[in-house]
Amino acid sequence: MSMTTRDWLLTESPSSRMQARLGRSYRVLLALLRNPLAVIGAVIIIALVVLAIFAPWFATHSPYSGQLTNRLQPPSAEFWLGTDELGRDIWSRIVYGARITLMIVLLVAAIAAPLGLVIGAVSGYFGGWTDRILMGITDVFLSMPKLILALAFVAALGPGIENAVIAIAITSWPAYARIARAETLTFRNSEFIAAIRLQGASAMRVILRHILPLCSSSVIIRVTLDMAGIILTAAGLGFLGLGAQPPLPEWGAMISRGRAFILDQWWVATMPGFAIIIVSLGFCFLGDGLRDVLDPKSGGKQ
Amino acid sequence: MRAGRRFAFSLGGFVITIALTFLGLLAITFFIGRVIPIDPVLAVVGDRAPQAVYERVRVEMGLDRPLIVQFLSYVGDVLTGNLGMSVTTGRPVAQDLARVFPATLEMATLGIIIGVALGVPMGVWAAARQGTITDQIIRVVGLLGYSVPAFWLGLIGLLLFYARLQWVSGPGRLDIFYDGLVPTVTGLLLVDSLIAGDWTVFRNAVSHLVLPASILGFFSLAYIARMTRSFMLDQLNQEYVITARVKGVPERQVIWRHAFRPIRVPLITVIGLSYAGLLEGSVMIETVFSWPGIGNYLTSALLNADMNAVLGATLVIGAVFIAINKISDVLYRVLDPRAR
Repeated sequence: MSMTTRDWLLTESPSSRMQARLGRSYRVLLALLRNPLAVIGAVIIIALVVLAIFAPWFATHSPYSGQLTNRLQPPSAEFWLGTDELGRDIWSRIVYGARITLMIVLLVAAIAAPLGLVIGAVSGYFGGWTDRILMGITDVFLSMPKLILALAFVAALGPGIENAVIAIAITSWPAYARIARAETLTFRNSEFIAAIRLQGASAMRVILRHILPLCSSSVIIRVTLDMAGIILTAAGLGFLGLGAQPPLPEWGAMISRGRAFILDQWWVATMPGFAIIIVSLGFCFLGDGLRDVLDPKSGGKQ
Repeated sequence: MRAGRRFAFSLGGFVITIALTFLGLLAITFFIGRVIPIDPVLAVVGDRAPQAVYERVRVEMGLDRPLIVQFLSYVGDVLTGNLGMSVTTGRPVAQDLARVFPATLEMATLGIIIGVALGVPMGVWAAARQGTITDQIIRVVGLLGYSVPAFWLGLIGLLLFYARLQWVSGPGRLDIFYDGLVPTVTGLLLVDSLIAGDWTVFRNAVSHLVLPASILGFFSLAYIARMTRSFMLDQLNQEYVITARVKGVPERQVIWRHAFRPIRVPLITVIGLSYAGLLEGSVMIETVFSWPGIGNYLTSALLNADMNAVLGATLVIGAVFIAINKISDVLYRVLDPRAR
């Protein structure tokens, strides 16, 4: 009786922890593949990552230098999406811009998600005054308009891509803290936590090793759903001249430069907008699909 | 008697929550204005200010005092309506904000009307035809509302409907030669021109307002349709709806009379939330449409590093945002018998 990889992954009685984990991931993957919108979303995100990593291979021209004789050319066989006011190829700039978008999204997620997770888990695990104070702060941030708050932070920190990332991260963590706290409360008093504590584990160890891993799947769903919003905010900051600075090919900043030519050379401002829409939609589709698969409780709710 | 006391108690708790939230908002703007900048004086007066102005502002801002004292006096200032002077306009920020706020209010209000008028029927329709192609299309339209940059849609709208089709007027609230023709009463141009009985100005104001308001409305429509659909789906699976169907009640009546009625209350919260969101979303739209509202004021202050104006605008938008959120929360509690 030979065992295929598929059987090994889907077995009801995994013989190792790794097999159980891989099996679970495989089931999630199978469920995702049955959801057409999620597949489209995943394909878009993979395409974004590939474009960003191999940008020099996909770009047909230099993203930074162009010939002024080629300025404001309409889309053609040579310049697929046309050229901007400095004669730079818009397709190549969008390709390199994928790197900036991906970097912003990853950095915001890397700062905001762990911050929210730790604050939420600490708040839920300790309860009492710790909980009241931490959640009070979280609620104040939650009830603020995010974009305005990000704008004000960038105004104080100064324009630039790093400060834009910090500002967006500051406005994104509270939602994750709320989710992590709610999850923590559901198993704070369960027996496996009590068992670990009886073995003498410190609070830090319980939170880091046992509570955080259990909260992470809900937070991952939420982060994926928030990605579109993060991209839009970053592009908005770029559009206002507060995010990535020229000559960086950030999509929002590209739209802002194309604004002056919108009436006659529509492609300069239009094309980067399509890039933003496609990528944001990709994250929305994937996030929706992930929620349906990983979080059946709220499935179909929204 | 007991119910009355409980109501008073929850009202007291509610007032305390609101007060704490506003205090939190003030703490955040204080932090942004006085703690993050390396030199807050420079942030307020700009780097071209003469030494005398610099010294005077430094003393005025009381930067030699402990942080907590500075914060308390900041709270006192804000409560008495003193938001400092704007370096760009040379007027008190509070006065500037009062002047620009009606333009934003007018646009956001028309936006939410459009969003509700289209979004609610779309959501109901999608739920009634769950799983069909109609449902899918409405779902994608809804997700587009989360994926399209507002400023980009504004530019495309101007290109199509103003430059190419010439259906609407361009940026600004009025054509330049209508400017100042009607006396300012409410600051809302549509209302003011009606009061003055000037139909030409009214028509011109509408033709300027309709495009930015529709774009704002699209974003609230996306959210409202999505939420309406999910509320409706919950209701349509309830037993009383099945009972009504079994009894032979016509489908239209089942949907609107039986299923829609109970979701009106949660919808109020959703509409309140998206109204507050529109006040925020108008920042980008106003920049594109040169709309002289609070968003435009905020962004031009940002670009001129006019910190008092930035913080004042943040504070006002934040306060209105919180207030609308809390009001819709209260309405929900008052109207929904289960939440009382």
